[in-house]
Amino acid sequence: MSPAVPILAVVAAGSIPSASALASARWPARSPAAAILLWQALGLGWGLAAVGALAALGAGPGQAGSGHAGVMRAVLALASRAVRGTSFRPPGAGLLPELRLVSVAAGLLLLALLCWVLVAASAAVLRARRRQRDLLSLLAHGDPKVPGALVVDHPAAAAYCVPGLRSRIVISAGTLELLDQAELAAVLAHERAHLRERHDLVLLPFTALLRAFRWCAVARRAESAVALLVEMLADDHALRHRPARELATALLRVGAAGSPVPSGALAADGDGQVAVRVARLLRPAPGLSAPALALVGGTAALLVAVPAAFLFASF
Amino acid sequence: MDVLWETADPLTVRQVSGRLVERDLAHTTVMTVLDRLAKKGFARRGRDGRAWRYRASESREAYVTELMLNALDQTGDRQAALARFVRSVSGAEARALRRALEALDRPDRLNPPDRLDRPDRLDGRGPASAGDPLEDAAEG
Repeated sequence: MSPAVPILAVVAAGSIPSASALASARWPARSPAAAILLWQALGLGWGLAAVGALAALGAGPGQAGSGHAGVMRAVLALASRAVRGTSFRPPGAGLLPELRLVSVAAGLLLLALLCWVLVAASAAVLRARRRQRDLLSLLAHGDPKVPGALVVDHPAAAAYCVPGLRSRIVISAGTLELLDQAELAAVLAHERAHLRERHDLVLLPFTALLRAFRWCAVARRAESAVALLVEMLADDHALRHRPARELATALLRVGAAGSPVPSGALAADGDGQVAVRVARLLRPAPGLSAPALALVGGTAALLVAVPAAFLFASF
Repeated sequence: MDVLWETADPLTVRQVSGRLVERDLAHTTVMTVLDRLAKKGFARRGRDGRAWRYRASESREAYVTELMLNALDQTGDRQAALARFVRSVSGAEARALRRALEALDRPDRLNPPDRLDRPDRLDGRGPASAGDPLEDAAEG
């Protein structure tokens, strides 16, 4: 068996309890950007390791003699032998050849699935945004109270942005009524931060993963945790221009006015997030220390580098 | 589009132009706009002799409802198309947030001295005190 198999398998399997632990950890609220980086590394590392472990299990060591050939090279070698028709039999001892071919196929299928859900989720997002922009161009109008934003005449409290190249910030008439001028400015600063930093692109892979693995509690917790971190990041940006209290009361007012959600499962995702954000604004904790940040960054780099090395490098 | 929403009858391009009181638009401009609305499905058109007649596909209210269902995250389809200021909350959480807001609006809570003395509470790790509305809300 290739030495890559146990290492990749450990990374892939270990990612799942690690994601659980990261979702319940407290420190991410103190440095949301570092935590988001770790989430991204965890997601990417898991994908590479899971695909790599399955492929390595089937493809064998890839070349005669000692030393490790990249898993991708071993898979390619297996494929070229199969195409030439010399032998479907992967080299090396171990599992039955049939089982090993199934393992390679499973790895490639997983890779295809992960790529596909990302493409499908992106397409769905682009479609939904185009529809939003079309509807907004028909229904919304500007208002001097919220410069740069569109207003939709509806009594419910809503405030959101439509990210993209032609981005929009939207405030409902209900929100306009609910918040005072300073709170509205805080909301706009928060939404502008989302648009400027393209937070939607950070969240997209996690939403895609959730769409593919709806049944999986870890996928749900990961998406929910990253969504909260992105909001915290935008809150922090808003704080550079507006006092914390304005943003906190705006959050509480919009949250408290929120119309109850019909489906319970969906509501549970967002539950508690507003309170966590408000508590963070009113009782700020210091950011992570430099060594702690370095530790997070180093862990993130290793999570991606180790599986990538086994997949693509020979040594 | 407002012109189409105002009437139930299908209108020709000329009729729409005539009803656009505030702006003096060229006939071809109105025709292009109506054509685009029809292509996007917002207007339906039918032949009436040599002219097209346009009417709104849905009422203005129906479109506002569609927009707001998405805006308020109530379609049941989780996707990252929009970034909401506040994600959907349950009825229980909304009540808890209302209590927290009332507590915050009370002047004696502006600068709670007990909290300043207890830095261990800063990260929320401390023991939950009875009646802290924020923590109640966070625990749902």
